[in-house]
This record gives sequence, C-alpha cells and structure tokens, in this order.
Amino acid sequence: MEDLFASIVRGLGLGGLYALLGVSFVIVYRATGVINFATPALMVLGAFFTGAFGNAMGLPFWLAVVLGMVVMAVMGLFIERVALRPMVGRPAFSASTVTVGIFIVLLIVAGRLIGSELLTVNDPFGLNTIDVFGARLFTIDIARLIIALVAIGIVGLFLARSRTGLAMRATALDQEVSLAQGINVGRMFGLSWAIAAAMAALAGALLTAGSSGVETTIALVALKALPVIILGGLDSIKGSVIAGMIIGIAESLTRTYQPLYAPWLGANFDVIVPYLIMIIVLMVRPYGLFGTKEVVRV
Amino acid sequence: MTNATKESLHTTRGRPQLFTSYSREMAIFNTKVKRNWAIVGILALVVLPFFLQRDMVALITTVLIFAIGGIGLNLLTGYAGQISLGQAFFMGVGAYTAATLGGEAKGDVIGLGLDMVIWLPLAGLVPALVALVLAPLAARVRGLYLAILTLGLVFIGEHIFKEAKPITGGAGVGRAPAEPVFLGFDLFSNQTILGYRIDRFTIFYIACLVIFLLLAFAARNLVRSRFVRSFSAVRDRDVAAEVMGVSLLKTKTLAFTISSFYAGISGALLSIVIGRISPETWNIFLSIDFLAVVFIGGLATITGSIMGAIFVVMLPKLVNTLTVFIPGAGGVGDGSLLNVFELQSIIFGLLIILFLILEPRGLYGLWLRLRNYFKAWPFSY
Repeated sequence: MEDLFASIVRGLGLGGLYALLGVSFVIVYRATGVINFATPALMVLGAFFTGAFGNAMGLPFWLAVVLGMVVMAVMGLFIERVALRPMVGRPAFSASTVTVGIFIVLLIVAGRLIGSELLTVNDPFGLNTIDVFGARLFTIDIARLIIALVAIGIVGLFLARSRTGLAMRATALDQEVSLAQGINVGRMFGLSWAIAAAMAALAGALLTAGSSGVETTIALVALKALPVIILGGLDSIKGSVIAGMIIGIAESLTRTYQPLYAPWLGANFDVIVPYLIMIIVLMVRPYGLFGTKEVVRV
Repeated sequence: MTNATKESLHTTRGRPQLFTSYSREMAIFNTKVKRNWAIVGILALVVLPFFLQRDMVALITTVLIFAIGGIGLNLLTGYAGQISLGQAFFMGVGAYTAATLGGEAKGDVIGLGLDMVIWLPLAGLVPALVALVLAPLAARVRGLYLAILTLGLVFIGEHIFKEAKPITGGAGVGRAPAEPVFLGFDLFSNQTILGYRIDRFTIFYIACLVIFLLLAFAARNLVRSRFVRSFSAVRDRDVAAEVMGVSLLKTKTLAFTISSFYAGISGALLSIVIGRISPETWNIFLSIDFLAVVFIGGLATITGSIMGAIFVVMLPKLVNTLTVFIPGAGGVGDGSLLNVFELQSIIFGLLIILFLILEPRGLYGLWLRLRNYFKAWPFSY
C-alpha cells in the first residue's frame, strides 16, 4: 500500500514535469502550428544555465532558476526571429523540420557548455524525504508537482486575463484577422517561443534537481512529453496538464510493479510506456482528450 | 520502339524540351543528354573504387546504402507528404531479419546462415510487412502526428531490440551481421577474378551498386506510375484526392510499405558495412540523418535523394579534412572550442535549417538553378 502511494506521488512529480514540457509544446503549436522538436534541447540548456548560475555565481537555487528561465526566454525569442520567422507561410512540416535542425545544434552547444565535469543545480531538495501516512516520499516530487502547477497556472492566467494573452489567443485562432485588428503577429510568435523556452528551462531545472546532474541525455525525457500532448490534444493546455499526470503515474506504476508482475517485458519497460499509451490514443482518439477535432475542407 | 518515337528522338536534337509524344516525355530518360550522362555516371561509379583508398571505398558504399534508404523515405515524405522519423526502426528490422537468416549462430544468438538470395529480399519484405500491419494506424494520422507516432515507434523498437536477445544479442553486446554470400560467392572477401586480385571492400561496393541501381530505377519507374501520382495527390490535398477517388488508406499504406522495404534493404546492407550491430544503432539520430538526406537533397526527387546521401555521408569526412583550417576546431579533449564530432553535428544541424529556409528544394534545387543559368547563358533568362 505504501508502495502504491509512494509511486503515485512520484508519478505526479514526473507528471508535473511532463505537463510543463507539454505546455511548452502546446504554446508554440497553438501560435505557429509547429511542433517544436527543439524543446528537449531548450530544456537541457535551461538546466545548464540554472546550474551555472547556482554553482559558478553562487546564487540561491530559486534565483538561479528564474535567471535560467529569463536567459532561455531571450534565447527562444532569438531562435524564433532567426530560424522560424522566415518559415512563416511555409508548410508546417518544413518548419517543424527546422526545429529538428535547431535541436541538433543546441544539443551540441549544451554538451559543449556542460563539459565533462559534474554539474548539479544546487537545489535544496536533494534526496530528502518526508513521511506521509507511513509512506516515504521524496520532497522533490512534491516540489515538482507544486511548482509545475503554479507555473502553468501563471501562464494560464496570463493567457486568460491579460491584454497580451488575449492577443496571443487571437493569433492562435486566426493570424490574418488578428493582423487586421492591429496585433503584431510576429511579436506574438516570438512571445510564444519565449514562454515555451522558459517553461522548458523550468522543467530542466526541476528534472535535474534531486538527481545526479545536468547531462545531455536528459533530452530523452523531454521527448516523452510528445505522447503527453497527443493524449491531451495538441492545442489544449488543460489537456497537457491532465495527460501529463496520467502518463507520469502510468510510467511510475509500471516502474514499481512491472518487474514484479511482468518481468518478461524486459528491463526499463517504463521508459516506453508513454509511447505505448500514445499509440493506443492515436487509434481511438487521434485529436486527444481535449484537443479540437480537426475539421477538413477541400 | 516504334518508328514514330524513334523519329522524335532525332527531331528533338537541339531542342531538348520539345516532346512530340507523351511516352517520350514520361520516359525515365526523356532527353538524350540525361541518358548519356547517366551511362557515363554509372560507368564512373563502376571504375571509381579502383582509384580510391580502402576507407574511401567503404565510405562510398555507405553513400549508396544511405541513398537506398533516402529514396525510400523520399517516396513517403517527399511524394506522399507523410513525414516519418521511423526509418531507423525499419532499418533495424531489416538488419535483424538479414542477420537472423544469413548470419552465423553463436552462443544463444540465432543465425541460420542462409544465402543472400534468400535473406536480401526478406530483409526488405519483413519490414514492409511490419509497416503493412502498422499502416492502418499510420493512415489515420496526418503530417506531424505521423512524425510523433513514428518517433514513438523508434523508442519502442529500440526496447524490443534490446530485449530480444536471441535475435539481436542484447543491449551493449550486439551480434555479427548477415554474411553476404550470393549463390555461394562471398561478396565480402578478397577474390581473384580473371587473374586480378580484388579486395573485399571493392567487391561489396559493386554488389551494393547493383542493388542500388536496381532500386533507384525501380523508384524512378514507380514515380511515373499512377500509384505515386496518387501519393502526390494525397500530399497536395488529401480531402480533394479522396473526393477524386483516391483511397487515402490504400495510398498511405502503400507509401509506408514501399518506404519500409527500402529502409529494410538499406539497414541490412548498412549492418554489413558497420560490421557488428548493437540495438543502440537504430536510434532517433539515425532517423534524423535520413530526414536530412531527404530535406537537404530535395523533396520529391530521386536524384535529389542520391545527392543528399552523398552530402550527409561525406560531410563528416569533409569536416575532418578541413578541421585544420577552421579556427577553434580540434581533436577530442585537447581543449579546443569544438572537437571534430561536435563540429560535424553543428554544421549538419545548421545545414538542415539553412536549406529549409533558403532553398526548400534542396541540393536538387541548387542544381536546377545552376542548369537553368547555363541553359540561357550568357543571358540572365
């Protein structure tokens, strides 16, 4: 029973990360129709900057995280302006392939920056645990969940209540009409990339906190946010939060129980659970739980 | 050939764009110049290895193998508009089919040691069959969804490859690939033919060249057929294509299956060049390499895919040679700004970005520009 509770909490922590990354994907997708395959690399770079600010400059963890997010937001703006803006009006799959190129470049840059020495983000959580209802829980999992939900809440509020948020939603709905209404559509694209990069950076910092250190291999974790957005719907923020939790818990439960009950599925089976869920979802409901059903016209 | 078409061959001399019959226009080599250059090119490819170092021969063999896989992916991505990141998975299936049928048994690893006549076609057919089973799923989703779906396929495939130890040798261990013995003739050993000693790399290169030419011509032929026309119809506007009577399910299934056939053959041959294959070989980065072949070479052109393959495979070698001239570049771990491998990857990524932004038609587009420039030379148009 404690096992179950502990692994659900771990799943929720993981789910928080997936939700953050999912929102990062969704925001770019809604604004530009592009699936941003560079997100994993943005996450790794975000984790690096957090670690660099925390260690090299000796700043407290929270400040380092915020600075890391700001640096990545600026980088997001820059990438959008340089590599994605020229692709406006081209097919979405060409633009998405551009982000694959960006992924490769950024991953190499991140690998070079991190270097061969161990870099931690210097977080206050580490491997600390607390006992709740007799189960031993890692504080980092609880922190991941809370911080992710707060961050997504802030972005949600910004989109729902602020004038700029309204402009962003209008751009997502119809670019030409928003242009006619005096919205600077290009700026909205840049802003979406900035927010997405900041969210990815936060996810990177939280992922690296409580674990061994910043490495480029954590990029593979971010790719698991793709099943999340498929499950939640490519254009739904609410969807990616709920789907993030579902996939996080499913993965965590598999990690706890699969070696006991189904060892024939092999080692590290939990890593591919998100993709299996994704395939089932695509068979049953290709537009996801909360996504807009695609209406096609000739 | 009828008299009329024979005549048109002569009358079009000097006016290569004038076609007097549809069959002429649709011919694989619709101008004499193209045909002649193709013959020259093929002859050059045959004699090329005799003038090259051993490692270069292995490299151009890899080019041919990448071209096969690239042509397959181009049929799916370029012609049918279905972007796929799953090429590595199907290459893996092809490689392991070949290794199981044609490899040697060693310890717990299965190997039947069959002839290449059997394993080579099956190395294409088994992945094609897998694709056929998965196709209803792939046909349900469009464009970017397929990219994500096939991305998942690569990860699931890697897991299966790691666990299926009797077939793949398991993670980190790997197994030996298939033995390229064609009707008792070993294509990967030094041979003496008509008194000349030919080394094994050259022999295998020639074998790959023959397979490549067969598959490339098959693809060129396929592109002229009504099947690939329906691919393009689906790519350009799927709903419109369906209204016109093109079955989306059938078309996408066919594209996916053919593409996987090419991938399987390419994977089986690549495993022989690599020498020992581990499940980690068939990862997402290999898929990205093939996507680069298609996008850098140019979408929806067979020739472009060949150019793309040359480019993608030769780039590391080129960068390696040029390292001394690039400031800040150096060997691994000597404190330079970027080492050779990092430099290769960065250039690779940048080129994908630059080509998509500046010349979406890829290398083939550059060639078209060059050709058109000289066609009207010295006038600008």
